[in-house]
Amino acid sequence: MSFALPNLAYDDAALEPYIDGTTMNIHRTKHHNTYINNLNGALQSADGAGMKGSSLEAICRNVQSAPSSVMTVLRNNGGGHFNHTMFWTLMAPVGSASSAPSGALKQAIDSTFGGVDAMKEQFNKAAAGRFGSGWAWLCAGDGGKLFITSTPNQDNPLMAGVAEQPGLPILGLDVWEHAYYLKYQNRRPEYIAAWWNVVNWDTVAKYYDDASNGKAPTMNVPLQ
Amino acid sequence: MWSRLGYLRRAWCGSVVRQHLARRDASSSAAADALVRSLSSVAASGSGKLQLPDLPYDYDALEPVISADIMRTHHTKHHQTYINNFNQALERLHGTDHPQTLISLQPAIVFNGGGYINHCIFWTNLAPTKQGGGEPPLQGSGLMQALERDLGGLNVFMSTMNTAGAGVQGSGWAWLVFNNNTKRLEVVTRPNQDPVVGAYTPLLGIDMWEHAYYLQYKNDKATYLKNIWQVVNWKNVQERYQAVAG
Repeated sequence: MSFALPNLAYDDAALEPYIDGTTMNIHRTKHHNTYINNLNGALQSADGAGMKGSSLEAICRNVQSAPSSVMTVLRNNGGGHFNHTMFWTLMAPVGSASSAPSGALKQAIDSTFGGVDAMKEQFNKAAAGRFGSGWAWLCAGDGGKLFITSTPNQDNPLMAGVAEQPGLPILGLDVWEHAYYLKYQNRRPEYIAAWWNVVNWDTVAKYYDDASNGKAPTMNVPLQ
Repeated sequence: MWSRLGYLRRAWCGSVVRQHLARRDASSSAAADALVRSLSSVAASGSGKLQLPDLPYDYDALEPVISADIMRTHHTKHHQTYINNFNQALERLHGTDHPQTLISLQPAIVFNGGGYINHCIFWTNLAPTKQGGGEPPLQGSGLMQALERDLGGLNVFMSTMNTAGAGVQGSGWAWLVFNNNTKRLEVVTRPNQDPVVGAYTPLLGIDMWEHAYYLQYKNDKATYLKNIWQVVNWKNVQERYQAVAG
């Protein structure tokens, strides 16, 4: 059994004009797919055999304890597979999902950041300020307290011992150039602002619920 | 004008940059000092600001290898932004004595100063074919001999460089460098915009940030790497080599 490329719950072009269809297509079928192929390859190897059968979440949590010969490839490609799988679920065409947080999640955002706008401002700063490639995250930490962080390359907050601020991610944004370059070129802040229009707050609420129960996001991770 | 405090600030900035970069390279060297001096002298000059150098050729001159769109965006947006952000960080540096603030500005100085330097080198490392781009170094030249002695000859070197470039995780550069200590050529990579300093002198860089190729090549790094050799300005690489190897 090996990891398979997940499908989108919407068409490639469904997030337009905020994220263009060509980017969605290349991003998933080329970039994400390459992480999956590399991850599967590493797990087939002798040194990766110990992690074979592990969940994607476990691979991320345990990168530090992987054999040194496969640690980097598991970190980059296990991280890449996890991050992108989560990313596709966090977006939805306008009007097809809640466009703002509500309930317990909203309360948590209000009490932690002073409001959704204030949270977005901090998130935007983390996303724009991540130098080079990486991701920005809204996470739940100890006691379920929300915080914002960013990670380089394909690291994520699940990676104990690797992430500067470990936690349970509930919302993430890809700020690798491949995520926005075709439409936005160097204008990353414009991409970040546009992306908020397609955030699927129902999924974020689900992941917040998971985090409140001490769990990482429960996502469908298809195998073949 | 530069007060005593300004002088101390400049010296501090230099030592912070040197220490940050020394973490990557084993020893400080003339190259590191040169970097620090160039950044410090910029800081010391009246205007204190970096400026965008002109390209030595038109934006479309490297076609079909690198598109005019990429060259224009790369030069007028990315390179310019490193310069703007560096100048901004420098201004903030000038405006404070607070150690925590000075320290917090260090990443921006290195990121953007490195981005400035790396792209200055890169533009000169490339040339249109009608200006010698792609023409290999002369047989028997110092550089060619060094490539043969240290890196298995031109073809093996290019293959090594391509492998290194393709293997960069995230953003970064592949570099042909001169090891100032061993006097040998090596292929190294640097993450993000970390400049080549310390034990190494940069001779030829290939920008592996996605912005360097994405509009034209999308995810196909391998073809970008295969093609770029058609516009590598070996004369410039030779000059850089001769300047350090003698």
